[in-house]
Amino acid sequence: MNISKKGDWVKVYNVVLKEGKRAPQVPDDTKKVPLEMWVKGFLLNESAKIGDIVEIETYIGRKVKGELVEIQPNYTHSYGKYVNELAYIGRQLRGILEGGEINE
Amino acid sequence: MSKDMSYEGVIKRRNEIMKKAVRIDYDAFESEGIAFDYEEMMRKTGYSLQEIQKIQGRTGVGNTPVYELRNLTKLARKFAPKGKGARIFVKDEASNPSGSFKARRAATAVYHAKKLGYKGVIAATSGNYGAAVASQAAMAGLKCIIVQECYDSRKVGQPEIIEKARKCEAYGAEVVQLTVGPELFYTFLKLLEETGYFNASLYTPFGIAGVETLGYEIAMEFREREGKDPDVVVATNAGGGNLTGTARGLIKAGADDVKVIGASVDLKGLHMASDTQFNKKSFTTGHTGFGMPFATWPDRSDVPRSAARALRYMDKYYTVTQGEVFYITEALAQVEGLERGPAGNTSLTAAFSLAQTLDEDKTIVVQETEYTGAGKHIQPQLSFAKDNGIEILVGNPKDQVPGENIILPKHPKLIEAKEINLNKLRKSYIKNAIKNNKDKDITKKDLEFLAVETKTDIEFVKEILNELDVKY
Repeated sequence: MNISKKGDWVKVYNVVLKEGKRAPQVPDDTKKVPLEMWVKGFLLNESAKIGDIVEIETYIGRKVKGELVEIQPNYTHSYGKYVNELAYIGRQLRGILEGGEINE
Repeated sequence: MSKDMSYEGVIKRRNEIMKKAVRIDYDAFESEGIAFDYEEMMRKTGYSLQEIQKIQGRTGVGNTPVYELRNLTKLARKFAPKGKGARIFVKDEASNPSGSFKARRAATAVYHAKKLGYKGVIAATSGNYGAAVASQAAMAGLKCIIVQECYDSRKVGQPEIIEKARKCEAYGAEVVQLTVGPELFYTFLKLLEETGYFNASLYTPFGIAGVETLGYEIAMEFREREGKDPDVVVATNAGGGNLTGTARGLIKAGADDVKVIGASVDLKGLHMASDTQFNKKSFTTGHTGFGMPFATWPDRSDVPRSAARALRYMDKYYTVTQGEVFYITEALAQVEGLERGPAGNTSLTAAFSLAQTLDEDKTIVVQETEYTGAGKHIQPQLSFAKDNGIEILVGNPKDQVPGENIILPKHPKLIEAKEINLNKLRKSYIKNAIKNNKDKDITKKDLEFLAVETKTDIEFVKEILNELDVKY
């Protein structure tokens, strides 16, 4: 979905401080990159496509301008991939509690 | 019109913006030199314990259950010398409305904002505090903006922080997400200026006073069920508010003999403002990256004088490793049937180790837990660490190198909290106090203040000043 219409829930992007304009106390690797910002809200423009500069109204009613980067943004965080390294812990603990296994 | 909106311009207006956004006249508590009147600040601008109980009671905050962790105690006793192995308890702060003890801080801050007639609240936080403020704002009918440091320059976000953004949005808050950098403060100030909202800072007197009920409840609960105060209370330490508020609450309950111990995750070597190191850590709070700088200079916070002053109350301070906390988090689920978030288990990890040094008839209380869920859980956090080049090993956690590996203890007896030399931190605090002091002479009042601030005595302060070659 590349085209968004008025009222759609979208995410906009802005650069707050360009590289080279970062605060003096920032470490060198951070100085080399811009300070970036994302805010979500309802699109106020009649229609827009990804990359357009648009205006949104955030959920609490604040108006923010920025580059349209996502239409109907969703959460993708999860429980991650299976972590095999954790598998021993429960059985080890139950073993110690039940039988007094103390060896390594 | 046309205000200077550049970084320098906005930072220059910092005091003016903050005055409007918190409406505390911090100057009223200042005197010449280093000292300021902390207790007077807490009295004049905070709330009494009874008022806070009422405020929190109205919003379902506090009076969380205390559980005895019998299996973890039993386990600790297996590795402890004969007669050692204190009983371990946990106060389940995850059962607060927003899933952490931060609801206590947010309840008083939001109540205060509403009372003063603000239309909304803003907080700069990537942690549980955001969700707490958003939840309280929802109850109070106030608008809420949360400003987060969330992504690195590759736009890769910490799963734990993204989950907290989701939770804030669930409560109807606006979430502003930024890449790494302390200039978050610039965006924060601009938002305060634009909206005229209240700065629900973590470090105001009412925020910290909100945590006092936690310490008070612990003392009351123990008197009721055990007939005595607990011997030790362990608090996870970052900005210092958790420990400060809890300790003050214990004191208000008259539980003066309780030892208050701080615990942080050891992230030595990682720079908190580094873009490339941001996603090399698996803990976004409760770690030494906040714990150390805030203990040794609390007034680096977003208000002129922080009400969170950990060194005033800390009897001992320990670090634990990321791998140890992950192991204990899994243990809490597997043998105690409590699935909770990893960051909140930092103090539990220290308690598991410390219990083994205390007599069996002693009690040790872990004063918080936090909620868990997608992103904010050992599984996604370790999976994320692997994706960011961190090696996950099973071995001796002592061999860990933060930012390079996470070592899950091969055996629970390898879990050992490491004590930090508090006198070194105290010295560093005194150094910072001298450095930030614009006035000339160090007065007797300053000496007394520094002694209280570092929980030492005037002799100790004088000794340090002599070492630093500072006249008094």
